[in-house]
Amino acid sequence: MIRRRWRALQAAGVMGINRRNADYIMPLNPRRNFPIVDNKLLTKERAILHGVPVPELYGQLSTPHEIRDLAGMIAGKPGFVVKPAHGSQGDGILVIMEQRKGRYRTAGGRLLDEADMEHHITNALSGQFSLGGLPDQVMVEYRVRFDPVFDEVSFQGVPDLRIIVYRGFPIMSMVRLPTRQSDGKANLHQGAMGAGIDIATGLTLPAVAPGNIVLDEHPDTGARISGRTIPHWKEALHMAARCYELAGLGYLGVDIVLDAERGPLLLELNARPGLNVQIANGDGLRRRTEAFDPLGERAHTPLERVALARDMARRGFRADHAA
Amino acid sequence: MRLRHLLILVLVLSVIGTGFFVFKWQVLGFPLSADRDADTWTVEARVAFSRSTAGPVKASFGLPSEPPGFRIFDEQFISRGYGLALEGEGESRRAVWSLRRARGEQALYYRVTLFRDRTHQPERPVPGFPPVPRLEEPEASALDELVTRVRQESADIATFAAGAIRVAQGTEGAVRLFTGARPDPAAQADLVIKILHSARIPAQVIQALRLADDRRDAELEFWIMVHNGSEWLYFDPREGRRGLPANTLVWSWSGERVLEVEGARSPRVSFSMRYTIEDALRVAEFRAQRDHPRIVDFSLLNLPLQTQSLYSILLLVPLGAFLVVLLRNVVGISTFGTFMPVLVAMAFRETQLLNGIVLFVLIVAAGLSIRFYLERLRLLLVPRLAAVLTVVVLLMALVSIVTHRLGIEVGLSVALFPMVIIAMTIERMSILWEERGPAEAIKEGIGTLVAAAVIYLVMIMPAVRYFLLVFPETLLVVLAAILLLGRYTGYRLTELLRFRALAGGGK
Repeated sequence: MIRRRWRALQAAGVMGINRRNADYIMPLNPRRNFPIVDNKLLTKERAILHGVPVPELYGQLSTPHEIRDLAGMIAGKPGFVVKPAHGSQGDGILVIMEQRKGRYRTAGGRLLDEADMEHHITNALSGQFSLGGLPDQVMVEYRVRFDPVFDEVSFQGVPDLRIIVYRGFPIMSMVRLPTRQSDGKANLHQGAMGAGIDIATGLTLPAVAPGNIVLDEHPDTGARISGRTIPHWKEALHMAARCYELAGLGYLGVDIVLDAERGPLLLELNARPGLNVQIANGDGLRRRTEAFDPLGERAHTPLERVALARDMARRGFRADHAA
Repeated sequence: MRLRHLLILVLVLSVIGTGFFVFKWQVLGFPLSADRDADTWTVEARVAFSRSTAGPVKASFGLPSEPPGFRIFDEQFISRGYGLALEGEGESRRAVWSLRRARGEQALYYRVTLFRDRTHQPERPVPGFPPVPRLEEPEASALDELVTRVRQESADIATFAAGAIRVAQGTEGAVRLFTGARPDPAAQADLVIKILHSARIPAQVIQALRLADDRRDAELEFWIMVHNGSEWLYFDPREGRRGLPANTLVWSWSGERVLEVEGARSPRVSFSMRYTIEDALRVAEFRAQRDHPRIVDFSLLNLPLQTQSLYSILLLVPLGAFLVVLLRNVVGISTFGTFMPVLVAMAFRETQLLNGIVLFVLIVAAGLSIRFYLERLRLLLVPRLAAVLTVVVLLMALVSIVTHRLGIEVGLSVALFPMVIIAMTIERMSILWEERGPAEAIKEGIGTLVAAAVIYLVMIMPAVRYFLLVFPETLLVVLAAILLLGRYTGYRLTELLRFRALAGGGK
């Protein structure tokens, strides 16, 4: 039984964690470039340098006594996001929908006072959410007003796009939809749902609920998930492809949000992107990366790579059609 | 390229590791497992005699030689001023003590250390057919009668021997003629041999010692050894039972007296013995020291005992780490921290598994609720960790006190848990609890306990502990396996479940 399942997964080109670490992350992602993705402040800096749009940074905090500067940063901004610069897997991100007289309402509907906010920031600064528990910085940034296209299929919070970029080619993607369970966050670990996106067309596929159940209906809103068109899809792919040069990593997870006014914005990069995207797409990552391997360095600019990837997607990522 | 490099390294490590191991096992004769050779016996023979007037004394004492099932590895003579000479070789080896002027009660000691080695069964020479004993009447016809009776009641040599033993214990006239009015074992054994020799069956009397721990004033017993044409069979002349019990040490291969004293009165030999189990390693060391001193100088067995017992635990850590690699990268269990399960498993060694799990869950659960309470006080990270640590120590003390009052002694062993590790577990678990939900936190907690239990169960195998201490070079093979697993790119077993939706044949 184990053998059969193993063979079936191998035939489908499904990538396991060991494979991802040994054959993708280790050879393709040089360690020295990790800080670019692990430090979100650095990511933002590099993105601006490469002309990739990002949510505006209101300010950053490095020590607990700088917390008093927070009021100045968020003055006149109805909503904002507090994010540890080294947070992993969405830990420690606080999305504030609105603020009034020292009271903050989170995306999940919780009400925080000044002391709660201060405690959260202090914890983040002392490294509670960072890898290895090292002291961290906290960034305060623009809260995305997400595109209404997802209103029906997300419960509060910000739905975001995850695009897997292999040697600069966007090869697989999904949209992560927050649920009541995920407290408005778009992280699959926290209970969000993931729906695959067809790279060629930008149309959504049925989603994956926590527990890896394929489900075409949002648990909170009841709306159908598949068959929705992602707006600015080409632009999002183009942004993702540019992140290859930006980060210098050959195997990359690019997280993009769709803002109602500003269009796609780069949220963060991930040097060790999760593997659930395969379930969301009902396809194996390895099958797709192997389709690109014979291409060598044929496409150079991000635009060329996007065009090639979409072409490949239309042919079902079959290597024999590529040449 | 890189893979080939790794494979060569793995091969080299494995070859060195197994090479050393095979050399020590085959050439140096290091025992493979503790239980086989751990039985070590120290047998002391006390040779005593007395002389009322001063004068020359010479005592000749038979020494054991190649006893089946044992190996002699140390002999000591305590002679107190006597001259000592070793005479003869092999079976006829004797210690001869002599003194020109001895007076009063004299006691000499011979101490031999042996260890059990069941595979050691030295070949005994195949004898020719013995001559039929020539006897005067009425012994000759009495013996004929006994031989005829035994022959009628027997089918082969083994049953003949058993029959002879049974007959020799009888009390009828024909038997009494040989064994006398008060049957003594020497005479009975002698009669058995006479009966067997009359039937031209090779047989001899041997003398052996029954080993029992802390036995004092033991004496040699007679045994009968009979050759059935293909092998030697041993018989107990008291019960007629066949086979030499495991704890029987053959001291002399003849029925002759072991001690012979010239010039003194009332010679006596008595034996005392002691059983030790920890000496298994010393035995191996001793044997190798004798044959290959250079190599043994660089052995862990040469370290002081205290350091050795420390290493016997330390050497288990790489094995535990290997198991963690296996459980995480091949099975796919998620655990707190990388090597936390190893540390918890070490603590289990003291508390036993079930108690350990109960105590661990108890402390972590209590600590976790305290941690959630502290969260409401808005403390900074490091002070909060310190507070949790303090509470953990207090909780451990409380558990010890309460269980002690209740008479449950295992509660005391809670103190052996690495408390800093527990405090860190609580901290990590609570963050996981808040950020990813209780399900994830409990899943990882259970994963840690399962991994710790598996590692513990491997660690407590005495064979494993012994093996690593005696053959630490096998860790090179473990290292090779770890390196190899470092390039394992196959699926984790849990991923087979995780990606089950994708197993439908693919696209």
